[in-house]
Amino acid sequence: MNPRLLFATTARVLNQIRHDHRSVAMILVVPSFLLAAVYFLFENETLPPGFPRTFDRVGLVMLAIFPFLIMFLITSVTMLRERTSGTLERLLTTPLNKADLLFGYAFAFSLLAAVQALVTLAVAYWVFNLDVKGSPLLVALICVLNSILGVALGLLCSAFARTEFQAVQFMPVVVVPQILLCGLFVARSAMNDVLGAISNVLPLSYSVEALQEIGRNTDPSQTMWQDLIALGIIAVGLLVLASATLRRRTK
Amino acid sequence: MLPATADGPVARPTEAAVLARNLHVRRGRAHVLRNLTFSIPSGSITGLLGPSGSGKTTLMRVLMGLQVFRSGDVTVLGASPGARVLRAQLGYMTQSPSVYRDLTVRDNVRYFATLHGRSRAQADAAVEAVGLVPEAARLTASLSGGQFNRVSLACALVGDPQLLVMDEPTVGLDPVLRAELWDHFRRLAQGGTTLLVSSHVMEEARHCDELLLLREGRLLAQLSPAELAERGHNQDLEQAFLAMIQESAPDEGVDGREES
Repeated sequence: MNPRLLFATTARVLNQIRHDHRSVAMILVVPSFLLAAVYFLFENETLPPGFPRTFDRVGLVMLAIFPFLIMFLITSVTMLRERTSGTLERLLTTPLNKADLLFGYAFAFSLLAAVQALVTLAVAYWVFNLDVKGSPLLVALICVLNSILGVALGLLCSAFARTEFQAVQFMPVVVVPQILLCGLFVARSAMNDVLGAISNVLPLSYSVEALQEIGRNTDPSQTMWQDLIALGIIAVGLLVLASATLRRRTK
Repeated sequence: MLPATADGPVARPTEAAVLARNLHVRRGRAHVLRNLTFSIPSGSITGLLGPSGSGKTTLMRVLMGLQVFRSGDVTVLGASPGARVLRAQLGYMTQSPSVYRDLTVRDNVRYFATLHGRSRAQADAAVEAVGLVPEAARLTASLSGGQFNRVSLACALVGDPQLLVMDEPTVGLDPVLRAELWDHFRRLAQGGTTLLVSSHVMEEARHCDELLLLREGRLLAQLSPAELAERGHNQDLEQAFLAMIQESAPDEGVDGREES
């Protein structure tokens, strides 16, 4: 790895997005609006005393889903463009390493995700008084980790798509099952064995569990640290798999 | 494998930037390149000419280390194609312009400059060399086809490579700019750079020192423009090339095809 080339790639990717004002605005603002929608949906719910608001439960998990979903989409389309426009092939003939390219991408999009997380978290905490026992820094960390997961999965999936249209079709295949099985709708312990087993290997399950732990406990729990480690391992594993799809030579 | 049945001037006394012996490329069942043996002398402009689909792009991709070849020996600047050491020494301009549409001209060239360890000033010089200074701050997507192509060319030039491989670099350019670019190529060659330039326009051949004539994956000949005119009995190189094709009477079926 060459840090200079890696950061040049990060700067280039961010520079590309910078020219797309509409996308930048949507990335930063849309999650807050969706959060607001959830808030007002459950505004008038009646709860037994001591029972957490649905918004605290669902809103917190949504904070993890946004960066994952959005970065997955952006990365798969951007990387597909890189493959189809011939720039990828050209890059591979330069001194740039595959790792510089992949981590350059991951870095660029996780920076973007960090800004998004700051905006969404600020809205969640200050506008809607989201009740989280643990540290907001840990919540932000999980958001960024989730964006890296989204980037890694997007990089990988772009190898299996020929067109941008196909790349977008991977969302229902790769992202929706994770949202269904992450424990947001049904607690993972209540799932049947098959769904539970699938849920156990999906990365989003770990980030949702980690967030729930942060929501419940003032101090970071052991389970949360284990989830963080699992997330890190999965993200690196996916990036390694993605790098295997960047083939320099064709047969 | 066949013994080296080299036709044409293969072993030249000057050092060769590229040496290929019995290079054979198959893609699926198609023979895209058939037993090519040639050399590209250092510090010269070599034209790779032939009709579209003759294997020009595939040959360039072999040299860039992007295409697996089935048999034969290829040496590029003393290393095998795709070797890590080569990546800092090669420049490649693909046929369809491979640059970022959502970056400005300057940012595109600066990015490739950084990848090759060159300065911003060198990036600006490359933009100037392709005549895009007035467009430097414009988004690449907003450029015309010819300008777009020149951004791609600037990104290949900026690395100041020892071997510059360019796939139809002058396509879609106006005659003035085309002449300027050939002058620029000539200056690069005089400075020691080796250039391999493909074209399907035979008219461009006269700017080259050496020609590789390709047809249906076969190397018809390696010769100079003067030799081509002589062997084809015509000063018009297009006509000379046609005459040579007729001489070399096509024999087998055509199953070699090339895409992009």
